[in-house]
Amino acid sequence: MPLNIVVCIKQTPATGSVSIDPQTGDISKEGISYAISPFDEYALEEGLRLKERFPGGATLALTMGAVRAEEILREAIARGVDGVYHLCDEAFDGSDTFATSYILSQGIRKIEEERKIKIDLVICAKQTNDGDTGQVGPGLAAWLDWPNTAYVKKVEQVTDTLLRVHRMMEDGTDILEIQRPALISVVKEINEPRLPSLKGKMAAKKAVIPRWGASDIKADPALIGLKGSLVEIAKRQSPPKRAGGLKIGGATIEEKAKIFVDKLRELKLL
Amino acid sequence: MLMTFDYGFTDDQKEIIKLAREIAEKKIKPVRAHYDETEEFPWEVIEDIRKADLFGVYLPVEYGGFGGANTEMCLVSEELSKACGGISLAVTACGLCAIPILLFGNEAQRQRWLPDLGSGKRLGAFNITEPDAGSDATATKSTARREGDYYVLNGLKNFCTNGEAAEIYIVFATVNPVRGPRGITAFVVEKGTPGFTFGKKETKMGIRASSTYELIFENCKIPASNRLGSEGYGLFVAQATFDFSRPGVGSQALGIAQGALDETIKYIRNRKQFGQTVISFQAIQHMMADCAMKIEAGRALLYSVNRTMDKIQKEAYARAKESGKLVYEEMRALNPGRVTKYSAMVKAFCSDVAMQVTTDCVQMCGGIGYMRDFPVEKYMRDAKITQIYEGTNQVQRNEIAMMMIKEYASQMVQKELLKV
Repeated sequence: MPLNIVVCIKQTPATGSVSIDPQTGDISKEGISYAISPFDEYALEEGLRLKERFPGGATLALTMGAVRAEEILREAIARGVDGVYHLCDEAFDGSDTFATSYILSQGIRKIEEERKIKIDLVICAKQTNDGDTGQVGPGLAAWLDWPNTAYVKKVEQVTDTLLRVHRMMEDGTDILEIQRPALISVVKEINEPRLPSLKGKMAAKKAVIPRWGASDIKADPALIGLKGSLVEIAKRQSPPKRAGGLKIGGATIEEKAKIFVDKLRELKLL
Repeated sequence: MLMTFDYGFTDDQKEIIKLAREIAEKKIKPVRAHYDETEEFPWEVIEDIRKADLFGVYLPVEYGGFGGANTEMCLVSEELSKACGGISLAVTACGLCAIPILLFGNEAQRQRWLPDLGSGKRLGAFNITEPDAGSDATATKSTARREGDYYVLNGLKNFCTNGEAAEIYIVFATVNPVRGPRGITAFVVEKGTPGFTFGKKETKMGIRASSTYELIFENCKIPASNRLGSEGYGLFVAQATFDFSRPGVGSQALGIAQGALDETIKYIRNRKQFGQTVISFQAIQHMMADCAMKIEAGRALLYSVNRTMDKIQKEAYARAKESGKLVYEEMRALNPGRVTKYSAMVKAFCSDVAMQVTTDCVQMCGGIGYMRDFPVEKYMRDAKITQIYEGTNQVQRNEIAMMMIKEYASQMVQKELLKV
C-alpha cells in the first residue's frame, strides 16, 4: 500500500549559534545561523524510510518560513524527498501555532490539488527547537480533521486503512491503531537520520522550488499572521543562570570521596 | 579575522568536502575506537559512505561516478582520514583497484567492474605484494598459465588491503617466469572464483579498521578477458597505477596529521600545568606551529600535483571515449611525461609529515597522549603505514632521484644548463 507523505519541517536557529538579547529577552539576530530544526530530521528520515518500506508513493517536504527557509527544502531534496513546497508570504509573519497550523493545512490541501493525489500521512516532529510548544502537529491534524498521535517512536504497521504506531509515554509505550489519513509527530528515538548523498545535493542545487503565498493556498486572511494569532506575547524572560557546579579534585578515588563527603557535610546535606 | 586558505576548489568539490566531513564527524568518530580495538571490518560506515555516493567521486559519469579525478578522491580520503585513517582506506583501496581498470581496461572491462566500484556496491582491492616480493615486485612468483581462453592462477599474495571484504581484486602473476619482470601480468579476479581463497588475517599496529589478508590461488581458473593490459605488462600497469594513486596515500596521511593536531589542540587549550594552560608555553607553541606549517606545505604540494593529474586524466579519458582506445594509450599520446616524480614526492612528503606531526602530537599531550582511551596515539599508529605502503618512502626517493638523473642526463637539460 503506497503512502503519500508530507513531512512538515522548519528552519530554526542552529543550536550553538544562539544567544539571547538581554534587552528584549528574544533570540539575538546577530551572528546567527539557521538550519533544519534538529527534531525535524527524524520526521524527514521517517518519511523517507516509510517510502522505502512501502514503495510507490511520494514523500514530500513542506515548510512555512522566510525566503531563506528554502535552504532546508534543498537539504530535504538532498536526502531524497520527491518534492518540496515553500509557503512564503509576508502575510504569514507573526503567526502563532494556531495560525501556522492553519497555513500548513491549507498548504497540504494545495499539494493534494496540485499533484492530484491524496495525502495519507503527515509527519511532524514532536516540537521544534525554537518555539518548543509541540502544538503545531496536533493543531494541524485538527485543521485537517484527521486523527493524530504525538510522541511516536515506531511505525509498526501500515494497512490500507490503519496505522499501528508506538507512542512513547513516561511510564511505558502505548500501541495505538489510527485510521488513515493521519498525522503523527515523532520523537528522536524513532530512527537515526541519514546524511545527504552527493547526487542528492547536486539535484538539490538545481531544483526549482515552488513558493506559495496566502492567495495560492486560499488562506483566509483573518486566520493568518499576527492578526490570525491567538497568542499574545506579554513579555520574554530568560531563566536565571545556573551557578556552575563543583569539580571534585584529588588524586585517588578515596581522596575524591573524602573531599566529596566533606563538601556534603559542609552544605549540611549529610 | 581568521582566514581559511582558498585552494580554489570548485563548488562541487566543496560539497564533497562538506559531505565527507559530516560523515567523518557523525558516522566515523563515534565508532573509530571500536573498530580500532576489535579489528572488525566497518561495514556500517561503508554503508553510510555508499549512501552518500562518495565511493566513485573520481570516476567518469558513464560508470556512475561523479566525473571527478584525483582531486575529488583525495578530498574524500583527507576528510575521512581526519577521523580514522583505517576506515578511509576502505574507500581509497577501491580506487587503487579502479584506477588500473580505468587506465588499462577496454570498454567491456570498464563496464563490467567500474560501476560497482564507483557505487561501492562491491569493494575492490589491489595486491602485488608476495612474501618474497615487497619493494622488489620483480620477484613475483605467483604464476598464471594460459589454457585456451583461460588463465590458471597459482601462488600466494599477501598484505592485501580490503582482503576478504572486497569482491574485485587486481592481482599480479607471471605468465612466464623465465622472462623475469617482463613476464608479470595484471589480472582481475572476483571473489568466489573456485581456487581463490583467503589465508591469514593480519593483526596490525595501526589502520586496524582496515582488513589485511593473504590471498591464496590454487588452480584458480579465470577467463582470459580478465587480463588487464597485455601479457608481460603487469609492472607497467602497477607503475602507472601508483603514479595516480600515491597522492591518495598523501591525502590520507595529511588527514591523519590534521586529525591528530585538532584533537591535540583541543586538549592542550584546557590542560593546565604550573598554573597555566599547556598551550600557553612557547615550547608547545613552536611545536604546534611546526605541525601546522608542515601540513599546509603538504596540502599545497598535494593539491597542485592533483590539479595537473586531473587535467591529464580527464583529457585522456575524453579522447579514449571518442577513439575507443585505452585511456592509458591516449595519455601517452598526450605526452605529458610521467608524473612519477611528483606523485612520489607527494606520497613521501605527506607521509613523513604525518609521522612527524602525530609523534609531536602525542608529545604535546604528554602522558594522556600515550593512552588508548585518548584518541591521539591511534593517529600515530595509523600514520606509520603511510610511510610504508604503495612503495616505502625509500623507494619513493629512489624514484624521485631516478627521474632527476634522467632529466639532467637528457640532452635538452644539458643544453639549457650550458646556456647559463
